[in-house]
Amino acid sequence: MTELAATDPLPKPKRDIAPILLPIALALVTIPLIGSPSTWLTLTAASLAMGMMIFIMASGLTLVFGLMDVLNFGHGAFIAVGAYVATLVLAPFAASMQADSLWMNLAVLAPAALLSMAVSGALGLIVERVLILPVYGQHLKQILMTTGGLIVAEQTMYALWGPQIIPVPLPTSLRGSFIFGDVAIAKYRVLAMLIGLAVFVAIQLVLNRTKLGLLIRAGVENREMVEALGYRIRRLFLGVFMTGSALAGLGGVMWALYREQVHASMSDELTVLIFVVVIIGGLGSIGGCFIGAILVAMVANYGGFLVPKLALVSNILLMVAILMWRPRGLYAVTSR
Amino acid sequence: MSDLLKLSGVHTHIGRYHILQGIDLAVAQGQVTMLLGRNGAGKTTTLRTIMGLWQASSGEISLASERIESRATPDIARRGVGYVPESMAVFSDLTVKENLVLAARDGPLDDTQLEWIFGFFPALRRFWLSRAGSLSGGQKQMLSIARAIIEPRKLLLIDEPTKGLAPAIIVALIECLKEIKRKGATILLVEQNFFAARELGDKVLVMDNGTIVHRGEMAALAADVPLQERLLGLSLEAHQ
Repeated sequence: MTELAATDPLPKPKRDIAPILLPIALALVTIPLIGSPSTWLTLTAASLAMGMMIFIMASGLTLVFGLMDVLNFGHGAFIAVGAYVATLVLAPFAASMQADSLWMNLAVLAPAALLSMAVSGALGLIVERVLILPVYGQHLKQILMTTGGLIVAEQTMYALWGPQIIPVPLPTSLRGSFIFGDVAIAKYRVLAMLIGLAVFVAIQLVLNRTKLGLLIRAGVENREMVEALGYRIRRLFLGVFMTGSALAGLGGVMWALYREQVHASMSDELTVLIFVVVIIGGLGSIGGCFIGAILVAMVANYGGFLVPKLALVSNILLMVAILMWRPRGLYAVTSR
Repeated sequence: MSDLLKLSGVHTHIGRYHILQGIDLAVAQGQVTMLLGRNGAGKTTTLRTIMGLWQASSGEISLASERIESRATPDIARRGVGYVPESMAVFSDLTVKENLVLAARDGPLDDTQLEWIFGFFPALRRFWLSRAGSLSGGQKQMLSIARAIIEPRKLLLIDEPTKGLAPAIIVALIECLKEIKRKGATILLVEQNFFAARELGDKVLVMDNGTIVHRGEMAALAADVPLQERLLGLSLEAHQ
């Protein structure tokens, strides 16, 4: 049996930090291009806040993509539904939102966000059972079904709430900016960064410290083998799908407050960004999704400032560049 | 000796292809049954069909007298079937420990069983907290087998465990499988390595074109070179 005893130590697994360095390098490179340090700091804070919101919306989609190989083009519907549901709570309590008390504002915002997550998650349950279940393993049909679902959801929202844009004013305590010298960082952006980081840490803890997380990570890599070990991965997938939908709903609330408005087509502008993030991050990789979201937001903000005409295609160019460097995304988890 | 696993008239289609064309076989309790055959004969498909990874289009599969051909893979696994695929399929992103924690399913790892496994595969103890993706091919195979035996299983389906491994590792792996056999395990083993097949097999089944073309004692086939050449195209010695 001695042949089986490993006599040579394993090569120490290299920590792949190149993708982590990428946003840092991008931020540093733009300092001389932007010129003004205060402008650079404002743009960087805006990028981080936007990146965190995109990450919240995209994190569920990347797990769904990676875990069950499902192309859900209707993910954006959960974002819009989440935003609309929030208005059902925020509108009747407008007075509390405008009160000059952080606690009163949060007492309305928190239930609104929780209700949005619950409704989006429940909608996720219905979508998975009705639209996705019959078309597992059939990508073309998945695209048709989920795109159709998105259109139906959008039209239903138009029917229920009308075509007009619904204003969603920020609560009083989150208006304005923190001022550091001549740098102004919007309060709401700081909150968005904190929530995004909290979601990232929570997902990482679940994925790395719990058996459920082990199953999700294993399922992303080889769902067939997870089933061969005796686990019903369909149930796991349903849970992940609902969680992803709920997170999209949370992202929708945050985006609505960021833009201070809601409309039925609000997810259209975000869907492309989210897919770019999921693809460049690597399907199924939460770490890749996190870095990808920051990169996309940085390119949008820095690019929009430096070369406004390039803003329309900057994220596609970023995706092309990343995929030329790493064809399976920043952190390849699946072999797809 | 009673049959733990029985397949009767099993057909499997994969897309347009008719792979298994009426398989009848039985695996006796407590024995190692070798499944031999040329590449493409349908050996891996047979294991995957038993495991429910590919659905049988017709026929009956019984495990301990219970029909399982319509059951989902997780249900079959929970009825006590361990599966070691040809690709090993260890979860590269997970550590050795995490791979085994998942395989243990409902409870914590059994220390006695773990020590028994470490007795065969000391490398697994050494690399307990290393990512499985950084293990060598032989070590991955050890992990794949350890995952299948970390809990008592009624039946082990093992697909070419020696494929691509160094001779020294193969010898050790055979010793491990012998020990598992001595503990009373029932194994259906696909293997191309003659030495391994002769050392481990009690019974042998030979497949060709999706059907069983020979069944008998492993020792008898090992001693009959003309029969080997007729069934397998060349002698088992040449497979080494």
